[in-house]
Amino acid sequence: MFKLFKRNRRTTSEYIFDNVNLLIMLFICAITVYPIWYVVVNSLNDGIDAMKGGIYWWPREFTLANYKAVFETPGIVTSFGVTIAKTVIGTITHVFFTAMVAYAISRRDLYGRNFYMLVGVITMFFSGGLIPYFLLIRDLGLFDNFLVYIIPTMFNFFHLIIFVSFFRELPKSLEEAAKIDGANDFMIFIKVIIPLSMPVIATIALFQGVYQWNDYFAGVIFVNNPDLQPIQTYLYKVVAESSSNQMMTNAAGTIATKTVTSQSIKLATMVVTTLPIMLVYPFLQKYFVKGMLIGSVKG
Amino acid sequence: MEVKIQQPVEQPINDTITETSTKKEKFKKIKKTIISQKYLQFMALLGLVWMFIFNYIPMYGLIIAFKEYSIIRTISEAPWVGLMQFKEFLQDENFWIVLKNTLGISMIKLIIGFPLPIIFALMLNELTSMKFKKAVQTISYLPHFISWVVLGGILTTWLADIGVINDILLGLGLISERTNFLAEPDNFWAIVILSDIWKELGWSAIIYLAAIAGVSPELYESSTIDGANRFQKMWHVTLPSIRPTITILFILAVSGVLNSNFDQILILRNSLNESASNVIDIYVYQMGLQNARYSYATAVGLLKAIIAFILLLSANKITKKLNGTSLF
Repeated sequence: MFKLFKRNRRTTSEYIFDNVNLLIMLFICAITVYPIWYVVVNSLNDGIDAMKGGIYWWPREFTLANYKAVFETPGIVTSFGVTIAKTVIGTITHVFFTAMVAYAISRRDLYGRNFYMLVGVITMFFSGGLIPYFLLIRDLGLFDNFLVYIIPTMFNFFHLIIFVSFFRELPKSLEEAAKIDGANDFMIFIKVIIPLSMPVIATIALFQGVYQWNDYFAGVIFVNNPDLQPIQTYLYKVVAESSSNQMMTNAAGTIATKTVTSQSIKLATMVVTTLPIMLVYPFLQKYFVKGMLIGSVKG
Repeated sequence: MEVKIQQPVEQPINDTITETSTKKEKFKKIKKTIISQKYLQFMALLGLVWMFIFNYIPMYGLIIAFKEYSIIRTISEAPWVGLMQFKEFLQDENFWIVLKNTLGISMIKLIIGFPLPIIFALMLNELTSMKFKKAVQTISYLPHFISWVVLGGILTTWLADIGVINDILLGLGLISERTNFLAEPDNFWAIVILSDIWKELGWSAIIYLAAIAGVSPELYESSTIDGANRFQKMWHVTLPSIRPTITILFILAVSGVLNSNFDQILILRNSLNESASNVIDIYVYQMGLQNARYSYATAVGLLKAIIAFILLLSANKITKKLNGTSLF
């Protein structure tokens, strides 16, 4: 008995390890959160004042003018509209279309199932690369077209595999009952399969939603019309092409105060861009993790 | 149709009649199956059409790597030039720069960035408070969901001459005057690698954490009876148990060595750090989309894909020989 008790107690080296481990973990959390905090604090500070630097923990001259400027710059508002539209429409079409194909392929009685699978698996290993893809999108007439955000992202074979493995686990009795009632396969998919598959639909919708929200590249290479560029593309242009001066004059035209700088608007835009994800993330984290695990095990 | 025409000619031989008739029957049966599942077939077919357009047409488009394609001609009209585009790339002065940057960044990322999530997962697993562990996990996954554009915005702010990094280094007396770090090629690799680790450390650890959670508790119990302490358990039980996971992810990491993080580098590069930031993917983007040298850029991309595929196969073979785990 005495021996067992002693073993459960921590030795000196274990004690040191536990405390060092705790400190390292706290450090990792701090350096993860702090850069985000820094942006938030600076975006809430007077722009001219922030140029002096030194704002680390709390705004020195608190103001909401930067956020006001963001929502009064027409280009930014339009871009947010595009992002919201492409995230909502793109995610719904993606989930519906991929799940539909996945349901057909998940059915063991589907004639030619192995052929369909093979065609898909090949796409996991080989692709045409950037330039042929670019030429295809051009030939399809998707340049400067809102559908460029929707149609080319409508399907994803990795997501299909996640769907298929989920559908396989569903009880067959409901499908059979629906069939006896005279429902066709498409109606079975709509009326029986979709309501039963909400957990996997949530997971895939979250992945695709984050992808749609964060993607900037399609807007950079396929879209010239500023009215069709998503907010991430807008931010990309501000950050990478340092067109921030132009942004400043845009903003200055709409807002009377002189306390807003291009930098402070940039920070506020970054916060507004990231906020929706930050807000939903803690509640939906488990779906993300689940999806990541299914995807990596099956893929 | 052919079956029908042949039938009368081969009539004398009895065997063939039954064979063709069973073939016919089989065909009829297939037709019947397909018709009975017409909705299902249509649903699958839509996916097939999508893949044909968005995956297979670009694969066909790869042939322009062996042609001199220009915007005024169609792909099939463009003249064949054989391996000219590939030769041109190998002789180009940018070839060595691009190769050095791509391999340099990827190799360091592999050496430092690959083991870190494993170590992080092991350390997380040793935390005694479950609540604290959950909190650390939640926080560490967060940066994965921030886009590279926003992170690029944070980095350009932090690394600017009036930014936080300069404040810290000046305060510590490590530098004597303010510099814009992104304007200097010497710092670029470090910035890319560290920011990538910052963003993905927690998220990459998920899969290892799941693998660790799957280790049988009996193994730990029996090692406790054998008198193993926590470090010995970590080394002799946990690590060997998650070795298959590590191996698979290592194979994937090796095959991705030529993939630089395009989204990341596109936003962090500028004309001043070009000598350190020009990697294969960026080069393809610049040559193909900005200079409209479609055939040349496609050839560069294709060469990269071929080497990546060879790397995947060899990493798979080597790990299969060494410890019996492989991807396929």
